[in-house]
Amino acid sequence: MDDVAIVGAAMTPFGQRDGEWVRDLLYEAASGCLADADVSPAALDHLYVSNMASGELEGQAGIMNCVTHDLGALPAYAQRVDQTSASGGAGIYAAWQSIASGASELTLLVGGEKMTHRTTGDATDVIAAITHPAEYKHGVTLPTFAGLTARQYLERFDAPREALAEIAVKNHANGARNPNAQFRKPVDIETVLSSPMVADPLRLYDFCPITDGSAALLFCPAAEADQYASEYVTVSGIAGATDTHVVHERPDPTVMNAVSDSGAMALEMAGLSVSDIDIAELHDMFTILELLQMEALGFAEQGTAWEQVMDGQTAIDGRLPINTSGGLKSKGHPLGASGVAQAVELVEQLRGTAGERQVSVDRGLACNVGGFGNCVTTTVLEAI
Amino acid sequence: MAGDPPMEAARYADGTISYPAHPAGPDGSSQVELIDLAEHTAEVVTWTTSYATPPGVRKPNTVAIVEFDIDGVAVRAIGGTTAAVSSGETVRPVYISQLRTPDDSLKSPEAQAWDGYRFEPIR
Repeated sequence: MDDVAIVGAAMTPFGQRDGEWVRDLLYEAASGCLADADVSPAALDHLYVSNMASGELEGQAGIMNCVTHDLGALPAYAQRVDQTSASGGAGIYAAWQSIASGASELTLLVGGEKMTHRTTGDATDVIAAITHPAEYKHGVTLPTFAGLTARQYLERFDAPREALAEIAVKNHANGARNPNAQFRKPVDIETVLSSPMVADPLRLYDFCPITDGSAALLFCPAAEADQYASEYVTVSGIAGATDTHVVHERPDPTVMNAVSDSGAMALEMAGLSVSDIDIAELHDMFTILELLQMEALGFAEQGTAWEQVMDGQTAIDGRLPINTSGGLKSKGHPLGASGVAQAVELVEQLRGTAGERQVSVDRGLACNVGGFGNCVTTTVLEAI
Repeated sequence: MAGDPPMEAARYADGTISYPAHPAGPDGSSQVELIDLAEHTAEVVTWTTSYATPPGVRKPNTVAIVEFDIDGVAVRAIGGTTAAVSSGETVRPVYISQLRTPDDSLKSPEAQAWDGYRFEPIR
């Protein structure tokens, strides 16, 4: 099995991109990524497109064929990767497999989604369609699961409501330093706690926005990385896992088993422990998810992650910076792009090109979650 | 009530019970029995009220995860409530012929059932 390197990274600005559709966004990030490594599209062997719902949201199916043709990358093997909002992480796994197996010498991964042309209700229903019929018929949405779990977490662990608000405040502060973030405006706790109720006890600022955007990564064998880039990173660990489709069947809703399983496997593959990780990008689709992932990955014991947040340990100048990009919360969440964009942030941090957000790090971890922890891919990246 | 469809859970060969029923239980164990949860009461584990609901869903929509005790086996279910609830409160299932408007949803109306049980607090 070949060691795998990432030698190119790019993303579009996330936000409301009027007049641009999913193939436009995918092309923008993909061509930017190839330019980052000064690579011709004709050199690509494989091309993976992470996308959850271009058919449902826009009516555009077969998106992998669109992108490959638009880029001029024919006859590269192309495949769409859909793992709901974990499509980006699953795409990293597919791209890694293509290089590690020797099937491809140069693989482009691009993830993207166009969402803002739909109403919030319609977009929410597209995402809610991943639920089991026994959940869907009750009008259960992903925000519903967040509200149910947040209530149990706060009641069971006697955690203050302000801890969740602190996550929103932290990630907005980070997003304000990210030129590609959807929201570049800091918020304070009072604003979060007085925003409209969405899924009691969670309010508007506990939720990520609906977003258009795309992100891309270029993969090759680590032994050949020098020919593409002087600064690159290696994929030292990657693993995926699956939890129940029916969320309420889990014995403890505050435990994200697929995060635990994929995280442990990814760290084992990298030969690292969680204490070796310097920086993490977690899937903060809702503020409560950042706490649950911290605990499932082993950054904190169950029921205690909120204390690290309140202590400032996960701030950009803290012991373990989490979501320096602004996270999904502030940077935005264009479903299929989000997992790829998490890795783009880590690549920038590890290459030392993160600008105002730069921290001193050697090893980063990204956790991309589909559904409410239904499908998860965890990736460990290391600087060379 | 008599005549209402069952709130159907399944017991599997390994002794576990799930709602909804699945073709197979944990580790692929086979179904051995169907159980009607509508005949039992349950305890609220957690709840939320959603104020941003998809098309065809009541607004606001209070939803709870509840836990039944079936012969010492814990079985959880999710559903809307008929009134405000609190964690730890006892509820009973109440049949509702249409839980949301099928024609307003993304899914094909024929693709799934739209009736089911909400939970009513026992006070």
